[in-house]
Amino acid sequence: MRIVVAKPGLDGHDRGAKVVARALRDAGHEVIYTGLRRTPAQIVATVRDEDARFLGLSSLSGAHGHLFPTICQLLKDEGLDDVVVFGGGIIPDADRPALHDAGMRAIFGPGTSTEAISAFVAEASGRDDAGVGAEGGWIWEA
Amino acid sequence: MDAGALGARFEAARVGSRRDLARLLTDVEDGRITSTELLGTQRAEGRSIAITGPPGVGKSCFIDHLLRAHAERDEPVALLAVDPSSALSGGALLGDRIRLTSPDDETLAQRIYVRSVATRRSSGSIPSVLGDLVRVLHGCGWPLVIIETVGAGQSEVRCAAVADRIVLMEGPARGDGVQAEKAGLLELADLVLVNKADLDGAERHAAELRDSLALDGPDPPEVLLMSAQTGLGLPEALLALRTLEARPGSERARARERLANAAEARLVRHEDYEGILARIANGNLAPEEAVEVIWRGG
Repeated sequence: MRIVVAKPGLDGHDRGAKVVARALRDAGHEVIYTGLRRTPAQIVATVRDEDARFLGLSSLSGAHGHLFPTICQLLKDEGLDDVVVFGGGIIPDADRPALHDAGMRAIFGPGTSTEAISAFVAEASGRDDAGVGAEGGWIWEA
Repeated sequence: MDAGALGARFEAARVGSRRDLARLLTDVEDGRITSTELLGTQRAEGRSIAITGPPGVGKSCFIDHLLRAHAERDEPVALLAVDPSSALSGGALLGDRIRLTSPDDETLAQRIYVRSVATRRSSGSIPSVLGDLVRVLHGCGWPLVIIETVGAGQSEVRCAAVADRIVLMEGPARGDGVQAEKAGLLELADLVLVNKADLDGAERHAAELRDSLALDGPDPPEVLLMSAQTGLGLPEALLALRTLEARPGSERARARERLANAAEARLVRHEDYEGILARIANGNLAPEEAVEVIWRGG
């Protein structure tokens, strides 16, 4: 599976994103890492040009409530409705419903095992309602 | 995917849909279609340049300048950034985009296409897939394709041999020039760039490379000093790339790599490949006999 792992916004902490990228590689996926401080438009262009099936977003700066839904909307605008979007970082529980409503299928917080993320990717790959633009609102439950 | 849908995707890619271009390249990469099936036997107009060299010499940084220079002249340019797949998991970490800033420039993004390519498992098939990706890009209106590949290991050398021209990038204090020779890359190179010329040892290394190249034959490739970081010698390097001619010697070396690759691709695609490997491993078959079996098509 081709997966883009991206760091949107001004947040400079990428240890988590790198650990997830490596874990997904070790699970047999081709992982494209964008590097730090990308804009939503740049991330969506990367997903489109790389023909990625998954997009993993990492944020520890508190800006997820603005950045993540913006990215989801841009993906839909580009006709990339079938891309599966998941997120991780410091995301308070109260913020999660809005991200799910935007089309994100999983939010992973601190302490998540890399196995759980791999299991999510495996499960979402087999579903046709996991894309960011899919109806039905399927959410990954670990 | 049926022929009609594929045709529609190809048409959309030709008139500028980046999403369809990206999906078409995936079809090629995954072996669902070949460039010949897509384009017929006609040769798509375009040229390809491989930039290769040891890890950390500054290939991505130089390529960023190269992409920018072409896009600023309104010339479309595509990059295929090749990184190795893990032999253990089959996965890959493709990180060449981290150092690229030109595709993020909104005024240039339209004319720059970047695609990360993993070498995947079977060593013989990557360069042939890469050749197909280049032809499809040419056919979709991308006349210049840059291939970035680490110049270490047989399959990477063969990736470079897919391109019409090969540029070898070296850094300062890379040893005595024999290192580059050992990798088999010097004879393939149409141009040698010694990057990081702002650091000590670059000029000496360039002189050593010129010495080794002079021993090889009558028309050695040019060796240019440059610094992708400070811009020293960069305009000259970019100009040399625009007008780069293939050397007769490099043509032959490249043909040899392509031939060896075609042979290896046939080998790894053989229906009983795993069985043959097992018989060689347990001593029931000599490798020479195995080659006979495969060549006869038995």
